[in-house]
Amino acid sequence: MEDDAPVIYGLEFQARALTPQTAETDAIRFLVGTQSLKYDNQIHIIDFDDENNIINKNVLLHQAGEIWHISASPADRGVLATCYNRTSDSKVLTCAAVWRMPKELESGSHESPDDSSSTAQTLELLCHLDNTAHGNMACVVWEPMGDGKKIISLADNHILLWDSQESSSQAVLASSASLEGKGQLKFTSGRWSPHHNCTQVATANDTTLRGWDTRSMSQIYCIENAHGQLVRDLDFNPNKQYYLASCGDDCKVKFWDTRNVTEPVKTLEEHSHWVWNVRYNHSHDQLVLTGSSDSRVILSNMVSISSEPFGHLVDDDDISDQEDHRSEEKSKEPLQDNVIATYEEHEDSVYAVDWSSADPWLFASLSYDGRLVINRVPRALKYHILL
Amino acid sequence: MAAAAAAGPSPGSGPGDSPEGPEGEAPERRRKAHGMLKLYYGLSEGEAAGRPAGPDPLDPTDLNGAHFDPEVYLDKLRRECPLAQLMDSETDMVRQIRALDSDMQTLVYENYNKFISATGVHALLRKLQFLFELPSRLTKCVELGAYGQAVRYQGRAQAVLQQYQHLPSFRAIQDDCQVITARLAQQLRQRFREGGSGAPEQAECVELLLALGEPAEELCEEFLAHARGRLEKELRSLEAELGPSPPAPDVLEFTDHGGSGFVGGLCQVAAAYQELFAAQGPAGAEKLAAFARELGSRYFALVERRLAQEQGGGDNSLLVRALDRFHRRLRAPGALLAAAGLADAATEIVERVARERLGHHLQGLRAAFLGCLTDVRQALAAPRVAGKEGPGLAELLANVASSILSHIKASLAAVHLFTAKEVSFSNKPYFRGEFCSQGVREGLIVGFIHSMCQTAQSFCDSPGEKGGATPPALLLLLSRLCLDYETATISYILTLTDEQFLVQDQFPVTPVSTLCAEARETARRLLTHYVKVQGLVISQMLRKSVETRDWLSTLEPRNVRAVMKRVVEDTTAIDVQVGLLYEEGVRKAQSSDSSKRTFSVYSSSRQQGRYAPSYTPSAPMDTNLLSNIQKLFSERIDVFSPVEFNKVSVLTGIIKISLKTLLECVRLRTFGRFGLQQVQVDCHFLQLYLWRFVADEELVHLLLDEVVASAALRCPDPVPMEPSVVEVICERG
Repeated sequence: MEDDAPVIYGLEFQARALTPQTAETDAIRFLVGTQSLKYDNQIHIIDFDDENNIINKNVLLHQAGEIWHISASPADRGVLATCYNRTSDSKVLTCAAVWRMPKELESGSHESPDDSSSTAQTLELLCHLDNTAHGNMACVVWEPMGDGKKIISLADNHILLWDSQESSSQAVLASSASLEGKGQLKFTSGRWSPHHNCTQVATANDTTLRGWDTRSMSQIYCIENAHGQLVRDLDFNPNKQYYLASCGDDCKVKFWDTRNVTEPVKTLEEHSHWVWNVRYNHSHDQLVLTGSSDSRVILSNMVSISSEPFGHLVDDDDISDQEDHRSEEKSKEPLQDNVIATYEEHEDSVYAVDWSSADPWLFASLSYDGRLVINRVPRALKYHILL
Repeated sequence: MAAAAAAGPSPGSGPGDSPEGPEGEAPERRRKAHGMLKLYYGLSEGEAAGRPAGPDPLDPTDLNGAHFDPEVYLDKLRRECPLAQLMDSETDMVRQIRALDSDMQTLVYENYNKFISATGVHALLRKLQFLFELPSRLTKCVELGAYGQAVRYQGRAQAVLQQYQHLPSFRAIQDDCQVITARLAQQLRQRFREGGSGAPEQAECVELLLALGEPAEELCEEFLAHARGRLEKELRSLEAELGPSPPAPDVLEFTDHGGSGFVGGLCQVAAAYQELFAAQGPAGAEKLAAFARELGSRYFALVERRLAQEQGGGDNSLLVRALDRFHRRLRAPGALLAAAGLADAATEIVERVARERLGHHLQGLRAAFLGCLTDVRQALAAPRVAGKEGPGLAELLANVASSILSHIKASLAAVHLFTAKEVSFSNKPYFRGEFCSQGVREGLIVGFIHSMCQTAQSFCDSPGEKGGATPPALLLLLSRLCLDYETATISYILTLTDEQFLVQDQFPVTPVSTLCAEARETARRLLTHYVKVQGLVISQMLRKSVETRDWLSTLEPRNVRAVMKRVVEDTTAIDVQVGLLYEEGVRKAQSSDSSKRTFSVYSSSRQQGRYAPSYTPSAPMDTNLLSNIQKLFSERIDVFSPVEFNKVSVLTGIIKISLKTLLECVRLRTFGRFGLQQVQVDCHFLQLYLWRFVADEELVHLLLDEVVASAALRCPDPVPMEPSVVEVICERG
């Protein structure tokens, strides 16, 4: 079984921000935001044609500033949020805003790249998430599986819950909470849990992980010294409600059961520099993707702590094939955590990795030099998981 | 026959005056001989009187007379007879004597059976007399306490009495005797039960009772019960010695007491038992064995408790001597009580103790190792007196190494006592084989080296994030220690062990190479961890310096920032520290003037001429492309690449980590023009001083290049400082 070669796409600018088009479940589409202080920044809409193995892109101008973080609405394909730098009076402020892309680009476009570059379209601003009172925006996260109305943003030491109204034309600060303590506390990253009716959010600041209840905006758990150094990112297991993964500057990826905050369930130490991103596969949570400033992307199989520790569960209506399943189960017995693959297509630090929202076997990674790489889970493993 | 011999000369001395013919004189002579026999038996008077008339019986010259007097007879012959007659009479007398002798012989032969039966009757009479006297004799014996004598009498009489009990007289005697014997038996039992009088007397009692026909099984039980009582007393006294209140005697004394008291007693009991109850056969032997097993196990329990008290001690010599006594003492009854398996059990105890000692020594070695580490920590933490250096790292390392080695040697010597030739158990299979190979070599030495490596590695697992940070110097020292173990010490220690403990058995042993590999891996991990820790220290300085500064509104640089000088100072200190323990390592040959090389300002120099216009026509040009092109010609830098065991490699690792951190931090900020220039100055300064520490100075150059390039990218107004100005500022320091 030969695996398809990775598909590489080059952006002209530095880039850190990557997200799948979350509301899109058919087409494989990623959004990438650029970082340039001198030129207009862009959002590249990357369409991946799985059959022909080619990339089609559309470029949107994001003139507000360089993009540090991007996230797509789970409800509306055309809506996205960015965190961007605005420089004025020799002050840099990171702001956040919700945008709408032109209608015709929502479902991708098959125009030739050359044409689109000449007539770059602009994003329509829906609303600002006003942070003048709260400081720099580190990230914006949408309520998963929601209607795209609730947004959490992290600004310095504040966690802000927004209610967007009237087709997102206005965002009202619904509630907020702040970290208090010694020194300059600053959130670096946050994720919204898909469990518990989407009432929980986890954040990272310095070496600490915290869980929040969005209804009361109060802390529910706290994992101090989750990592030896700064925690860069975290993600919830989509299928196991108390499990989350975190990564950081100690080159480690740790898996936690939030009911026991004293010890990680598992620790991976495969990267040789800071780990910037960790992502669970949306369907098969044993597949964990990490990106690091050692320029590598690693796909790990954390089957022992996944929701399918004994392999794929047989559906009830497959009873007729019992015999076959039995023999398969035997062959699948030794399930061990391991690194599935290390992807070395990047030559600069990888700051973002994410899975496609449409194809669970496909993921993209983005390095600082503007290189976007699309890779697939090795076929052998895919069939092993599926069959 | 003494009587006949004594009588011989007198009949033979006077046959002279009965010159009868051989035919006619035979009955006469026979009668004469009878008469003489009768005479001898004191019956002569009556019968001689009843004889037909013959010569005057009172005639002293009558040769056959009762009153014959040789002197008178000879006198008479000499006076009355002429010579010729004298000669004749002499010849005649000789002839008669001869005849008489042969007659006597014939007579004895003919009557031999009668003689014998006469003697038998005599004895029988005596026996009868003995029987009649028996009751009184027995009574007397019992009264006097001469039980042995009484039992002997009884034994002699019993069969006869039994045989003739149908005769009333015998029956009476037997009844009397039985009563007395019963009394005797009772008294013996009494005495036996009272005990206290020691094993030999008890054995005697039992022997007598057995002879009296008492039931052997019952006696056997009782005998053992008494023996148990005595032995339990011994055990109790031993237990008392264990007790906490009186100062316990040392272990040697204890085993001596046990050996002479309990084991000695047990030996006596066993010997007496085997003698007394041999007739009991295998069942009896089994009974004794069970007895010995039960008491023996209690004894062993006590000994083990005592030995357990020795576990903490450091001195093996006393313990081994005590074990030797203990074991040796049990070998004698071991032969006697083979079935009870006491000797085997004793050997097992000795083996167990030996194993425990090995475990103890292993613990001791571990503790010693940890102690050494504590000492090192203290020495490292001790405040430096100005102008006076504490012990250097190399010295500390030497101390640790020699201390551990001497501990190992001491432990080897201590456990070697177990295998000394003069020790009674040293020739047991366990001590010849398993003890040496599995116990000492594997358990103690290999076990210690494993545990040392594990302890050392544990310092890598808790990377100072949750308190109790390990001083980096300790990591370095341990790494070197493990490396030394890999190169020399392990094989030295194992050779030493193999020499002292001639390992002969077939058990697989850990090869030296495996241990060396483990030690090397430990050393490598420690050194890698050292690099990470030191790299982190410098990284944090750099990170803070980038994160906390307002780079947009910074002023035009006049100086190298202090933090950069600090970085160089710290790196130099680390270089010195590593140099104390590790060799220099190989450096890539480079032009000698590289320190003087002007630091190229990336963004300005690369923007000219090297831009390839065909690369991406759709986008505006960006310096990023140049950076990409540049990277095509350089290898990917592995930030945490494997560390080699030399100073240059260690320093390269630390510097790589630090500069990579600087790069990542710079990329997260936005710089004003002067901010960029400050970065330029700082990087040039680092370049000036850091190149000398690394294997390939190109690497430092590359990383710093990238830092400046990134800063330029993060600057909306990238106007670099003139290289000459940068140099001037850096030279000013």
